[in-house]
Amino acid sequence: MRAFADLLDRLSYSPSRNAKLRLMANYFRATPDPDRGWALAALTDGLPFSFPLRRTLTDMMARRMDPELFRLSRDYIGDTAETIALVWPESAATSLPSPLRGGWREAPGGGTTEPAALVATPTPSPSPQGGGEPVAQAGREPPRIAAIVSELSLIGRNDLGAKLETWLDCLDATGRWALLKLITGALRVGVSARLAKTAVAEIASVDVDAVEQVWHSLAPPYEPLFAWLEGRAPRPDVEGAPVFRPLMLSHPLEEADWIALDLAQFSAEWKWDGIRVQIVAGRGQTRLYSRTGDDIGQAFPDVVSGFNFDAVLDGELLVVRDGRVASFNDLQQRLNRKGVAKAQIERFPAHIRLYDALMIEGRDLRELPFAERRATLEAWHAKTRPFRTDLSPLIAIADKNELRGLWMTTRDTGIEGIMLKRRDSPYIAGRPKGHWYKWKRAPLTLDCVLMYAQRGSGKRSSYYSDYTFGVWRTDAAGRDELVPVGKAYFGFTDEELLAIDRWVRNHTVESFGPVRAVAPELVFEVAFDAAQKSTRHKSGVAMRFPRIHRIRWDKPAAEADRLETLLAMIEG
Amino acid sequence: MAGARGFEDWLKPDRTGLSCEPGGFRIDPSRAVPRAVVTHGHSDHARAGHGAVLATPETIAIMKARLGSDCAGSFQELRYGETIDMGGVALRLVPAGHILGSAQVVLENRGRRAVVSGDYKRHSDPTAAPFEPVRCDLFVTEATFGLPVFRHEPATREIGRLLASLRAFADRTHLIGAYSLGKTQRLIALLRAAGYDCPIWLHGALKPMCDLYTSLGVGLGELRLVSDAPDKLPGEIVLAPPSALKDRWTRRLTDPVTALASGWMRVRARARQYGVELPLVISDHCDWPELVQTIAETGAEEVWVTHGREDALVHQIGLMGKRGRALALVGYEDEEGE
Repeated sequence: MRAFADLLDRLSYSPSRNAKLRLMANYFRATPDPDRGWALAALTDGLPFSFPLRRTLTDMMARRMDPELFRLSRDYIGDTAETIALVWPESAATSLPSPLRGGWREAPGGGTTEPAALVATPTPSPSPQGGGEPVAQAGREPPRIAAIVSELSLIGRNDLGAKLETWLDCLDATGRWALLKLITGALRVGVSARLAKTAVAEIASVDVDAVEQVWHSLAPPYEPLFAWLEGRAPRPDVEGAPVFRPLMLSHPLEEADWIALDLAQFSAEWKWDGIRVQIVAGRGQTRLYSRTGDDIGQAFPDVVSGFNFDAVLDGELLVVRDGRVASFNDLQQRLNRKGVAKAQIERFPAHIRLYDALMIEGRDLRELPFAERRATLEAWHAKTRPFRTDLSPLIAIADKNELRGLWMTTRDTGIEGIMLKRRDSPYIAGRPKGHWYKWKRAPLTLDCVLMYAQRGSGKRSSYYSDYTFGVWRTDAAGRDELVPVGKAYFGFTDEELLAIDRWVRNHTVESFGPVRAVAPELVFEVAFDAAQKSTRHKSGVAMRFPRIHRIRWDKPAAEADRLETLLAMIEG
Repeated sequence: MAGARGFEDWLKPDRTGLSCEPGGFRIDPSRAVPRAVVTHGHSDHARAGHGAVLATPETIAIMKARLGSDCAGSFQELRYGETIDMGGVALRLVPAGHILGSAQVVLENRGRRAVVSGDYKRHSDPTAAPFEPVRCDLFVTEATFGLPVFRHEPATREIGRLLASLRAFADRTHLIGAYSLGKTQRLIALLRAAGYDCPIWLHGALKPMCDLYTSLGVGLGELRLVSDAPDKLPGEIVLAPPSALKDRWTRRLTDPVTALASGWMRVRARARQYGVELPLVISDHCDWPELVQTIAETGAEEVWVTHGREDALVHQIGLMGKRGRALALVGYEDEEGE
């Protein structure tokens, strides 16, 4: 548990992806089975339990600590679990048993002193051993993560409190914090399942997709996975398991691609503004995978319940109401959730728009050309009519001019652009060149004025790299004022960052900790994918995916855009 | 409240700090006074402009180095353990364990003893003489970390975490924020004690106090200035004042792992607020168990709390069957929280 707690602690403070990868890869290399497998399960949200702890914790502390001191502590920290991790009385077993003394002479080499646990003891007095040494509970080893998980998988909620106390007694503050996180089932240390799998893949220097392909045939603590990656066993057998097959991905259509494009070789489809999913169904098993291979089926019972067929299909998850695709914002209400309420299903009904098939009724289609896979999919869909699905229609286009015209003019909700797929391409995992192109519709742009700049994190912590910008509106008194409309922290080069950073430092009018308010003088041309109504923003509008398109050093701030312009861009 | 009255006719808090009228002096006054007794060299306790200053030789050396050799009208050195008579009040300085030269002020008058501890700690510190508990009737304590959530880890463990990080990220500079007087030298000494014998690199602002410590006999090993570095110091340890951690100055380092050594690093929200990647819970102040244990060891019936988080500590003093009083003295900051 010690190593796992230290890992979580470091991860929670490490903003950089590379640092997180290295911390995890080091842990997976150094930690034995089955502990590392359970750690991996915890990091990929795959633990077979989660306990609500609030009541248990409050009851436990009421017996151990003066209520007033606990209240003051809780108020200061703001989080019950963290407070308890910090104030839990420590026994000698968790600290080094040297007496409460300050001297270095008595403790050469930097001997440590960890004072006795004296939290709210009404009359502390030296213990019988003298020297203020705490009552020893020596010999208690901190529990291993595998032992904790196996007990938690069996334990009833009523027995949790007593077990928890014995564990807390033999852990240090970081260990207690990590244990409480583990038990509630939500680590929240800024690591996605994908990133944890990437770290595992680093053990054998293989691509994360190699891990994804076997992942769903395995279960915690993943011993066959580690054995394979360490060269001690063959690749786990995935035959017949409802595993994720890595997706075929597209390239953005560049100018040179457009010029070389022979339209007769390609099919065109709309690029839908939802999330890419893979349906795996058959032999009584159903999975709904995200593009990174996370099973998100639990959050979408409305579509998964219709998977009573045998196929592996590729499509787009959308919210569709009365046959119309709703905004991405609506879909977001359903994403990143473990479950879903009935009311949510009714308000935001999910739907899958299919565009490809990898397997149908046991037949692997991946070697076939796209046109054949598509025909097979159409025939199968017409016969099966799966619930809450339809087919993404092919767009009939005569020539490139017509295609360009469509691309430029289509701004319907739910459409992000156009996909071009080579009619003779097999289904190739990864991002093969020359087969699929995405042609995102031209972004919206708006000239905005920089209002606030915030320090970045990690490598950018000495730079003002996060920018809040606004547009003009008329206030109640009839004067022009800036109202913030968005925040962006990329889209510029390193040299531009340096120049903006310098500009911010020279034009600061006020500082609030890491944030500086600047004189309203610098104009950014901001690009964004869409404008949406928002009650959380003062301006009443939110930009989707804003980024700094150009820095308009030349443009007077007074000539930046007005809020009315942005409001007019709201869709739907 | 006989005990309180028993002291208040010769020791009382006022706007400049703690005043001993029969002795004609104030302890750590926040403004210039004719006669000051100074517990230690941190700037909120040792100010310039007093007529006369009484302190340990180390504290006087620190004051002269930081504030100028003419920062007081006159200086009087008093070694640990020596007693001096101040207008009928016997005064003695006893090690406080906070930083080099830091002292508790032990006062005796009419058969009663008061101990003013200044800032103090009980955890090990290779650069400061260890705290000596003194039995007394009135104990005056700080409460910077006066909440049960504050329990400092053994400093050697935190140094171990730092060295482990240096092994895991051997290509990155490890940049540690530490206050220039006390914390910096303690960190260096702890690193040396842990066997780290490579040069340690310093921000220029930290050099004068390190030089002073060295001249006063505290060995710190090889120290170099970052401004003299031949490269961007990958895999090296660099110390800087906390205010420099996010400064443009850091761009001369290699993708630094930023660390901050402070008791506040025990609190996650606080560590995140500072944006540090490696919080090190190393403090020169008492944590909660040390405060409680020390109060018990002094045997004092009356305890005054000068500054910090006094509500919880005064409550705890009550639970211990003693009289606690929050003085809420102003002007004392906390050098760990800058």
